[in-house]
Amino acid sequence: MSTRRIRVLIGKPGLDGHDRGAKIVATALRDAGMEVVYTGLHQTPEMIAEVAVQEDVDVVGLSILSGAHLSLFPRVRKELLARDMGHVVLTGGGIIPAEDVASLEQQGYAKLFGPGTRTEDIATWIQAEMQRRWSDEGAAR
Amino acid sequence: MHAPTAESLAERLLRADRAALARLISWAENGDARFSAALDRVYSRVGRAARTGFTGPPGAGKSTLVNEVAKAYRGRGATVGVLAVDPSSPFSGGALLGDRIRMEERTLDPGVFIRSMASRESHGGVAQATVDACDVMDAFGLAEILIETVGVGQAEYDVVAVADTVVVVLCPGAGDGIQAMKAGLLEVADVLVVNKSDLPGADRLARDLDEAVHVRFGREQAFPVPVVSLCASSGEGVAELLEAVDGHRAWLAARDLPAARLAKRAERVRKTVDAEVSLALWGRRGWGAFVAAELAAGLAPHRVARELGRRVSETLPPAPGAPESNFRGERA
Amino acid sequence: MTKQAKRGPVSSTSSADPRALWEAELAAARLRGAEFSTVSQSPLQALYGPAEAPLDYERDLGYPGQFPFTRGVHPTMYRGRLWTMRQFAGFGSAQQTNERFKYLLGLGQTGLSTAFDFPTLMGYDSDHAFAEGEVGQVGVAISSLEDMQRLMDGIPMAEVSTSMTINGPAPILLAFYIACGERQGVDPRELRGTVQNDILKEFQAQHAWLVPPIPALRMITDVMGYCAERVPQWNTISISGYHIREAGSTAAQELAFTLANGMEYVRRGVAAGLNVDDFAPRLSFFFDSHIDFFEEIAKFRAARRIWARKLRDEFGAKDPRSWMVRFHTQTAGVTLTAQQPENNIVRTAFEALAAVLGGTQSLHTNSMDETYALPTEKAVKIALRTQQLIAEETEVANVIDPLAGSYFVEAETSRLEQEALATFAEIERRGGVVACIDSGWIQKEIHRSAVLYQRAVELRRKKIVGVNCYEEPDGDATPLELHRIDASVETDQRARLADLRRRRDGARARRELEAIRAACRSRENLLARFVAAAHADCTLGEIADVLRQEFGIYKEPKIL
Repeated sequence: MSTRRIRVLIGKPGLDGHDRGAKIVATALRDAGMEVVYTGLHQTPEMIAEVAVQEDVDVVGLSILSGAHLSLFPRVRKELLARDMGHVVLTGGGIIPAEDVASLEQQGYAKLFGPGTRTEDIATWIQAEMQRRWSDEGAAR
Repeated sequence: MHAPTAESLAERLLRADRAALARLISWAENGDARFSAALDRVYSRVGRAARTGFTGPPGAGKSTLVNEVAKAYRGRGATVGVLAVDPSSPFSGGALLGDRIRMEERTLDPGVFIRSMASRESHGGVAQATVDACDVMDAFGLAEILIETVGVGQAEYDVVAVADTVVVVLCPGAGDGIQAMKAGLLEVADVLVVNKSDLPGADRLARDLDEAVHVRFGREQAFPVPVVSLCASSGEGVAELLEAVDGHRAWLAARDLPAARLAKRAERVRKTVDAEVSLALWGRRGWGAFVAAELAAGLAPHRVARELGRRVSETLPPAPGAPESNFRGERA
Repeated sequence: MTKQAKRGPVSSTSSADPRALWEAELAAARLRGAEFSTVSQSPLQALYGPAEAPLDYERDLGYPGQFPFTRGVHPTMYRGRLWTMRQFAGFGSAQQTNERFKYLLGLGQTGLSTAFDFPTLMGYDSDHAFAEGEVGQVGVAISSLEDMQRLMDGIPMAEVSTSMTINGPAPILLAFYIACGERQGVDPRELRGTVQNDILKEFQAQHAWLVPPIPALRMITDVMGYCAERVPQWNTISISGYHIREAGSTAAQELAFTLANGMEYVRRGVAAGLNVDDFAPRLSFFFDSHIDFFEEIAKFRAARRIWARKLRDEFGAKDPRSWMVRFHTQTAGVTLTAQQPENNIVRTAFEALAAVLGGTQSLHTNSMDETYALPTEKAVKIALRTQQLIAEETEVANVIDPLAGSYFVEAETSRLEQEALATFAEIERRGGVVACIDSGWIQKEIHRSAVLYQRAVELRRKKIVGVNCYEEPDGDATPLELHRIDASVETDQRARLADLRRRRDGARARRELEAIRAACRSRENLLARFVAAAHADCTLGEIADVLRQEFGIYKEPKIL
């Protein structure tokens, strides 16, 4: 009997110490039935990608409120690709202007969430996204 | 990495591909049908790693200690695998896996592999998944495997019981020695650790534990459980802990380590089968409803139990390939 | 008017108890579907009266400038002088921030407040690998004395008071400031300002730390000792509830954890051999002004009363200045919404008004665009004008502590005081503030409140206009002009640092760094060594590296 659960990595890249949102989202995803690995603060892109490998996560969610998203988000993606982790769903949120959201969504981020987002909407989105991918894979991976 | 086969993952594991190791552990957790085929292919390489379990009450500093122990083993030149097991939420089935936060300085060390695992809700399933995960880490070539879990109940004891050596971590304040004994923690310990030795009450706790294990030691032929005081946050005393673990390994080796491991694994199999049988009888075979009806009709519990006991004895099969034994005679 | 009318409405059935009658009417009435509680989810009654606010006037309120300071720390309050309007500013290079400072002083601002970028806040130079992409983003990048000189260029340091929001490396930045003053020819005795320097709340909420708690506390007592002697007008610490609140705490938790931290600093100072009255008068506070108007006003009043009683009665301080909570306030960043951002001007105005009615000494008002990026000049101007409007047009600054005696405000003040005292006891039971940080208890309490509030918002039990009510389809489009930091800030800053390292006397810099290392291992005052190192052009990161090597790196406990 196979029991698969969505595994999510919530990461805080960079020097930004604002973790209220990241921790609330991590808690909400747990409450939505997911297994959530929380890395803690001040992670480099290499660290986040390495954790994603070891934890075999389905989703990587990044939180940045430091304005460094245009530098850090692409670097995390690059490190993931370097580790053959292109299959991971990339998402995130924080203080990110709309035009930057558009740019990052073109660079491989599936969706970015802004201030005021309901955590329930994030959980629902992840579940729908994983549902779609799992049915594409035929549930085996 | 879309839908790999058991063969391809096994082959990649032997090439030290970390993503393959991670995926195999996921298969173990998920009870994926491909897992046992993959494990079969690498099983000849299982059995080289030393496995050490760490348990204790919440807040005792287990993750910090495991991080320091991992560092010390790296200092000895050994590679290290860490399996950090956290409870799943009984409400949602989800889990927050945050033990890595205390081990982040090991994240980029290519000689260390850390995996967080949720206990999920299955009967004894997490213990089985832990054994499987340890086996693939072992086959991968990690020399020291450290298993960490909160010591709060039977499921957690089962998790650490898969280890060759079980280290129980306590600290002053987070439940004294008496509490630990009540919780049955001392029963599973091969080595006892008093963490946060700089806090008031640490010496007292160490003395209490020392006395308690002496009582136990005097009673049976067992390994004399050492009590190690240390301060995980500064690393002080970690070398002594490693010596104590070495001591237990030497004791095991002198008493036939493979046999001890075999005994543990046999115990594991027995528990898993027990759980399976129990689930089958009380769930699918309707015993629960039967018992409720009999009791409601006024029958005494021991009568109902005797009846069901007889029924089960009459129909139990022998082990595959074993001769039919006269167990009715045994019971008489 | 008849005599009867003066006494207020009288029930027609003269025999019935008016209160019982009103309660019956309320109980029978249909009320609107809302949760009647503060934004911290503390339940509220429909009406407060004398029974809910039993006060002994002299004991509990007193007079402005007198114990227990519930009504304010100055006898004249805003009749003597308005609060200091101090907008927090900093971005990009030192030169860019210097220009913003001059702009704000030109608009009539009366004090400076410096925001640093994350590398500076964490003790890394702009050219460190960890700084990539972060230089100048959320504040100004200051890696050396020369950067500080560029920041203060053309600003008379003897006349302006400067606040610096920095904590882990606070003593190093203060050393840059003192050395910068010396190069401007200003005696340290003339320098006025504040360094936040509140490391305990960093571990609890804000997370810009440098070394673990115990050595960090030692550096703080070094700053208190050094300044008591040589920089006597400097506020050596700004004990901050702001970040605790922004991280999700309730008002009561903000109050309790902040004052508990304050008492911990006092204990450490006394344990380090200082006389409480030599440093306690230089302790200042920093609170959040959140959106719940009355709860916030009560919080400010309770803070003054609790601290005065603790310092006089428990710590034995004799100097009345040691008993006073002088505080800066910032309106609540977390209440700003990305949706319909102009509404943020209104939120900020209410919050600023609460701070003024609560008797703040200085105030920062947030700008409407801060949920997108750093504020533009236009947004900052409106924020500052909001304060000026309160000061000049509303006439609220004429009467001291005007809400005293309101049954409701007094009841809330006492409720918050009681909750804070209960929390102090709980912290004590758990081994004190540092033990509570190590175990993560305080962090977990804050997280729990943040989760409860988030749930209340998602269930619409707590409303946010534009977010969970009165939403507009395009509400979260960004209609505002944004303030962006050019990538050249980072490259220029790297080049300047490389140039500095080439130009300076390398041997002298190395000697000063080794002297810091030796001071770490002895009891020598570290701030004195940092000032000498600043003059030798040692950089922030170089000094911080010595501290990290000597004292270790802090690792956060597991909270989730």
